[in-house]
Amino acid sequence: MNFKVFYVLQKRCVSTLADEISRHAISKSSRLKKYKELPVSKYGGRHIVTMIPGCGNGPEMMNHIRDIFKFINAPIDFEVVDVESTPTSVKQAIMSIRRNGCCIKGSIERFTSEDEKLYASPNVAIRKKLDLFCSLNICKSYLGVPARYQNIDIVIVRENVEGEYSMLEHQSIPGVVESMKVCTTYNSERIARWTFEFAKKFNRKKISIIHKANIMKLSDGLFLRTIKKVAKEYPNIQVDQMIVDNCCMQIVSDPHQFDILVCPNLYGTILCNVVCGLIGGPSLISAANFGYNCAAFETATRSPESVVAEPDTVSPVALINASIELLFYLGYIEHAKLLRKATSKTVEKDLVRTKDIGGTNSTTEMVEAIKTNISAFNDA
Amino acid sequence: MAAKLIKILGNCQRSPSTGSRFYSSQVRKCTMIPGDGIGPEISQAVQKIFATAKVPIEWETVDVTPVRGPDGKFGIPQAAIDSVNRNKIGLKGPLMTPVGKGHRSLNLALRKEFNLYANVRPCRSLEGYKTLYDNVDVVTIRENTEGEYSGIEHEIVDGVVQSIKLITEEASMRVAEFAFEYTRENKRKKVTAVHKANIMRMSDGLFLRCCRDVAAKFPDIKFEEKYLDTVCLNMVQDPSQYDVLVMPNLYGDIMSDMCAGLVGGLGLTPSGNIGINGALFESVHGTAPDIAGQDKANPTALLLSAVMMLKHMGLVEQARIIETACYETIKEAKYLTGDLGGKAKCSEFTNEICAKISAH
Repeated sequence: MNFKVFYVLQKRCVSTLADEISRHAISKSSRLKKYKELPVSKYGGRHIVTMIPGCGNGPEMMNHIRDIFKFINAPIDFEVVDVESTPTSVKQAIMSIRRNGCCIKGSIERFTSEDEKLYASPNVAIRKKLDLFCSLNICKSYLGVPARYQNIDIVIVRENVEGEYSMLEHQSIPGVVESMKVCTTYNSERIARWTFEFAKKFNRKKISIIHKANIMKLSDGLFLRTIKKVAKEYPNIQVDQMIVDNCCMQIVSDPHQFDILVCPNLYGTILCNVVCGLIGGPSLISAANFGYNCAAFETATRSPESVVAEPDTVSPVALINASIELLFYLGYIEHAKLLRKATSKTVEKDLVRTKDIGGTNSTTEMVEAIKTNISAFNDA
Repeated sequence: MAAKLIKILGNCQRSPSTGSRFYSSQVRKCTMIPGDGIGPEISQAVQKIFATAKVPIEWETVDVTPVRGPDGKFGIPQAAIDSVNRNKIGLKGPLMTPVGKGHRSLNLALRKEFNLYANVRPCRSLEGYKTLYDNVDVVTIRENTEGEYSGIEHEIVDGVVQSIKLITEEASMRVAEFAFEYTRENKRKKVTAVHKANIMRMSDGLFLRCCRDVAAKFPDIKFEEKYLDTVCLNMVQDPSQYDVLVMPNLYGDIMSDMCAGLVGGLGLTPSGNIGINGALFESVHGTAPDIAGQDKANPTALLLSAVMMLKHMGLVEQARIIETACYETIKEAKYLTGDLGGKAKCSEFTNEICAKISAH
């Protein structure tokens, strides 16, 4: 990735990659929504970022992240917000993220009470309330991690706020439940623009649209048509389409044929998990959720089973990747590059890995190794 | 006098048994729909293999090319529908879906006729065909009538479309019961319900409740519930941890295709659709018009579907013989068709399987 352009932008107050792309997307979007721009809090030259530890091994991982951030001297302070499974707690977290502009989060446990349909899944609620319409998952293989396929380099862009996750359900008569999937041109258009701008900036060649428009003719048909319409404005990028079940079959037999995949909500989850499995596990890839003036960074797979594990055994690479994306977003390019270099060296060359990515070390040892590499690169 | 007449008539009329189980001494009629493209040649291959194995089945071949009905619309010929209704069991080859023609798709018509509610797809790694996954032995059972494919969609305002996913207790109970019975009959150990109830709480919640209710009736079979993302993640890392998966329509569609991809593609996977009024077994690959008629086609998918049909009918012994012969032929890798990486013809492959069956 060529970040020389953005190095210049670092001098500006708000010099964020996604901001750049989002602004370009807004200016080209025919329907302009007026967003009240809250200032991203920066006090005394330091950014404040909300940190939501979440459940399971979240708190332990977040401690490591804080440690690493102190080590690389990034001018970032974390405002830790503990979220319990109550709606007020989630509201407070959302307010904090709105104020600070970005957050790094672990997976939040879902509510068990049957009445609170509004905040049924806190992860989804945060995304919808903050209008984080796009989820970016850069799935890159790490050399030597035991996996079925090596050298995978797929980017999955997933529409984040509507589709199957609209959570509009009702029971018409006892025993018959209807769940609504909503698709709008507005959302499809903005995710399309975001993807094409991303592809243009990072020199990606091909975008594949994943859909099921042969069965869901109106909803996925709308998604497909909208993206194809936007594609006409970017003639240099190759666009093709694929039905989601065929895509799953192809991705399991030959994942190297894909470059960028843009999908609606549910298919994005499925494909993201499949690719994570192909790369070597749930603890390697991060997800970056972008909105117009907010961003949230987390791990790519957030299913409850992948979060609960023994302490000190899970690899921190996913959250470290999330923090690298966070640093790029806030404009701290050098810090981001340093952390990325150190992490790749630790995993690929020094072979210090936890058990789930094919090694025998503990999380703490991995973090220490990363810190050693950071110092080595700093001194060099 | 009338009573005597009725008694005589009653004795003359013997209705054939329409149940799905019968004894091997009775010849059973099955509808065979050859299909298009490579359909006819692979159907012939299957019929030849069945004849060699002396399976007591009489094939009734029907053609399903749409004809113009009396009302002017194109439709499936009535003879085909009658045959299928009569025999209650069918084997279908690949069909070409015509684009832009005005007739209802055959799949939809058959699904309605038979009330096909469950789609079963066993995916098993074949020993002679190497993929990156060799320990796959998964059966995906998918609810076939409702869910996301209900087809209820409307445009509310310009630019906003809504699609409805319908889950009913009746359909979920039906498919769950079938799943557990299938597991018991095929001596499998574990049923996993795949869902996304953390997001779609009411709909997948209902499906899950039905599965749990049925699981209570089958205490000898292990039952677990997993989220869809977890299953996807684990399936590509280690497929051996899953046995039988039961799920609603959309997830089933995606998962069954993914599992087919793990074992080598749709050209090797059998598929069966079970209904209230009968069962239809089919091959799910395409018609391959480029190799049609050249004796290059691979009949494995249709053959394994036919084996599934035999098991469903209760002819377990013959099913086992044919299945073993097929697996052994692929394992030996001497006569493999083009799509498996060999150079043999379809007829050579078929003959080899017949030879193995005769040797048994």
